[in-house]
Amino acid sequence: MTLRIPRRGMAQVLALIIILMIDRLVSPQFFNLHLQDGRLFGSVIDVLNRGTPVALLSLGMVLVIATGGIDLSVGAVMAIAGATAASLADTHSLPVVIASALAVGLACGLWNGILVAVLRIQPIVATLILMVAGRGIAQLITEGRIVTFTSPDLVWMGNGAVLGLPTPVVIALGMLLLTAAVVRGTALGLLIEATGGNARASELSGVGTRAMILSVYIWCGLCASLAGVIAAADIMGADANNAGLWLELDAILAVVIGGTSLFGGRFSLVLAVAGALIIQAMNTGILLSGYPPELNLLVKAVVVLAVLLAQSPRLGDLSRFTARWRRTKP
Amino acid sequence: MKASTSVAITAFVLVAGFALCALQFPNIASTRVVANLLTDNAFLGIVAAGMTFVIISGGIDLSVGSVIGFTTVFTALAIERWGIPPFAAFAMVLVLCALFGAAMGTVIHVFELPPFIVTLAGMFLARGVSFLLSTESIPITAPIYSAVSDFAIRLPGGGRLTAIAIAMLVILVVCALLLHLTRFGANVYALGGSRAATALMGIPVGPMTVRIYMLSSVLAGLAGIVFSFYTAAGYSLSAVGVELDTIAAVVIGGTLLTGGQGSVIGTFLGVLIQGMIQTYINFDGTLSSWWTKIATGVLLFVFIALQQGLMALARRSSLKPAGAKPVDVKPVEATPAGAPT
Repeated sequence: MTLRIPRRGMAQVLALIIILMIDRLVSPQFFNLHLQDGRLFGSVIDVLNRGTPVALLSLGMVLVIATGGIDLSVGAVMAIAGATAASLADTHSLPVVIASALAVGLACGLWNGILVAVLRIQPIVATLILMVAGRGIAQLITEGRIVTFTSPDLVWMGNGAVLGLPTPVVIALGMLLLTAAVVRGTALGLLIEATGGNARASELSGVGTRAMILSVYIWCGLCASLAGVIAAADIMGADANNAGLWLELDAILAVVIGGTSLFGGRFSLVLAVAGALIIQAMNTGILLSGYPPELNLLVKAVVVLAVLLAQSPRLGDLSRFTARWRRTKP
Repeated sequence: MKASTSVAITAFVLVAGFALCALQFPNIASTRVVANLLTDNAFLGIVAAGMTFVIISGGIDLSVGSVIGFTTVFTALAIERWGIPPFAAFAMVLVLCALFGAAMGTVIHVFELPPFIVTLAGMFLARGVSFLLSTESIPITAPIYSAVSDFAIRLPGGGRLTAIAIAMLVILVVCALLLHLTRFGANVYALGGSRAATALMGIPVGPMTVRIYMLSSVLAGLAGIVFSFYTAAGYSLSAVGVELDTIAAVVIGGTLLTGGQGSVIGTFLGVLIQGMIQTYINFDGTLSSWWTKIATGVLLFVFIALQQGLMALARRSSLKPAGAKPVDVKPVEATPAGAPT
């Protein structure tokens, strides 16, 4: 019996391992962990913790992209949800705060979904509207100030620990399991992939494509608002201008690195989250190495290009050739 | 016909909005304010002209803001630190921009990748390079800069039509001529209408794609030079997020994001509408700047919904005479995508 390694996802896992190894070379204590005040500390935990917002965003984004759409508004939704949570935090209990932030995210997702599924506006344009207006709305909620709060419950969401792991990491893990259970435990994932593969054919064969598209944008809004709450809890305040700024691009990047095509179709939740971790491991590595953080963008650009070229349809012929070559080998 | 309707609606919104503003603050209706509006939005107008070409051809260019940032930093460094004469520096930076745009166009065409993600990588790359060049704001003290900022045509009523506003108007006219009167422009419309059909007609799709992104990057470079005149400095964080303002201006100007339809004059009106909202908020004084974003968002929504409605209408009227003779086709139906107005 031979050990079968799943071919799909190998590249991402290898990339993550290689980047972690480079990080280890750059900083010898990279894999050191120590327990303090009931919470694990260390660079690896840091990568997980810092990668949480993008990982959460990519969970919603991967479903949207699987239907052939895109959601540019997630960063703005983060800002709105963070502003909502921060302005309620000191006067209301934690469940109320979280519920209202999630409700805001749901409303944003519903708006995007209606524009795309019902009014049939191109996803880039439809979500551009909320991306432009969203930060304005967030500033309206915070009245242009940076709202700070001291509520220990909400702070725990960003800085606490569950069984030694930081709370954000546990939340992200929970969301990953929940999403996977809902999408892969039922036929929903298949229907989403069908919608992205060929919306018209799916519609004709009885898939409720409109409902599919609507629900993925709503889910994306929910994930974004959760990421917004965590980002606000992390800094104990809501900054409408900078919360989640440009994170939509990182989330799209994470999904693309995770092997999901921007044209829609097949997707993988786990690999999208792996993509988010790859991005964060690179960021942390550059910080640890003492190179100027400005290098970050350059490295990211090179990675995007490399991933794109690897996925390019033109290079498909080449990969098919190597696959055949691999199969003929004993 | 549909395209001219869009432009007419945009023009109406601009005039009506301006009239409302002038009703509330009579001082807005002066050449002084209007000339300032042109000066403040000069760089946006130039870069939006380039974006119009890209979007009509069915693409998108997210890298323009970063290219502007790169241009200001490079120009400032070249003039102040490396002692290169200003005009040589401008030429160098425009060549670099052209190469950058050509590279993006080549990648998009050769590897058949979505422009959205390729220009996203371009955005990271250009911003990253400008960060590496310098992270501080570098003032430019070359004599030409003060000479240009002093130059202005006096308008009746005290307005000053500055050199950069004139530059924008000239570039917009040239772009409009290029788009509406040349073979290149017709090809841009054809590409946006249908890529496959364009290729079958024998138009070289690859070189066209490369040229369109080259044009967009060069215009972004020109916008960067204008921006460096506007601020008399180079800063790697300048023009962050301008790509969104630009796309919004183009869409408000009646250009279809699916490609095949649009005009430079519409884009110019779109830029002016954004500038008008900003001016109104400045005049009011009690409104915060975030209302600009909300108003822009609302306008975006209104215009896109309008376009959707017009398109649905056109589809219906072109479906109706399907069985009838072609003579019965109403003039309101969808014009062939290539037809400029």
